[in-house]
Amino acid sequence: MIISNFYRLAIIAFLMQWTLVHAQEAQPLQTNSAVEAQVQRLSEELRCLVCQNQTLADSHAGLAEDLKQEIRDMANKGMTDQAIIDYLVARYGDFVRYRPALNSTTLILWLGPFVLLLAGGIGLIFMLRRRQKISTDQPLSNDEARRVKELLDLDRKA
Amino acid sequence: MKSVLRALIPLAIFLALVGFLFKGLFLNPKEIPSPLVGKPAPQFDLPRLDNPEATFSPKEMLGKVWMLNAWASWCPSCVEEHPVLVELAKTGIVPIVGLDYKDTRPEALQWLEKGGNPYVAVAVDADGRVGIDYGVYGVPETYVIDKSGLIAYKQTGPLNARNLNETILPLVEKLQAQ
Repeated sequence: MIISNFYRLAIIAFLMQWTLVHAQEAQPLQTNSAVEAQVQRLSEELRCLVCQNQTLADSHAGLAEDLKQEIRDMANKGMTDQAIIDYLVARYGDFVRYRPALNSTTLILWLGPFVLLLAGGIGLIFMLRRRQKISTDQPLSNDEARRVKELLDLDRKA
Repeated sequence: MKSVLRALIPLAIFLALVGFLFKGLFLNPKEIPSPLVGKPAPQFDLPRLDNPEATFSPKEMLGKVWMLNAWASWCPSCVEEHPVLVELAKTGIVPIVGLDYKDTRPEALQWLEKGGNPYVAVAVDADGRVGIDYGVYGVPETYVIDKSGLIAYKQTGPLNARNLNETILPLVEKLQAQ
């Protein structure tokens, strides 16, 4: 009995140290923190083209890993954010950027909401103006005035 | 009459919106226009699959209309595409160069032995660097390259009888006549 307890403990101890050994965080390959920060910043700006609605930072697809490595190499060479983004846009198109650039093809995307807002606002102003014109400057006729008085008196008695 | 027309405005706007959304149902979000169309095909020097000592470079194809087909033995859609390529190669209309993307040599060689080899040459892009230069984001992808080395067309996804006959072969013919 004592022996089997000992084995049990030994197994538990073994399992515990096994989990501890294997629970270590993956170590980044590079230790240059400025480069890593740049890679992180850029991979949050860029789209993983395989999964489409994930950033490179979020994705573990093979291509995303490759592109992150590519970005890291470029960052190590001292390329600026803009230069790296331009490099990827030249290969994968504007779609690779999460925040679309302002150019002729994306103009509607950028300005569309503001145009709609403006059109809606102008429409609203026109409608309110017209409504105001209809509802103002209409004094009560004598009949209407008497009817109002009757109704108010009725209300007071009740 | 005027007020009836006015009442129909929201319906008209709604129908226009439905029209756009309906069209959107048939668009393929995986089809991303390549910015490389009309630009020179990126240069590379990669070892050949049949002979690792020798290299292949797109320069060798200057003066010919050719196709660069990115494929891999691990790619499921390539299984579907491969017989189409083999058939196309038999016709001799257009030379096809393979770009073996992130693959291992033995598996790639085995694939060609089993399914037939439609390629005039296969360049081995083991780490996918050349794939990145070509904007490959999912194999298979095929580029049609003209005599002067410009990319004329990019097909994302497998070639089949339909896209070959409707789009690619007419384009190849046109480019060959130039």
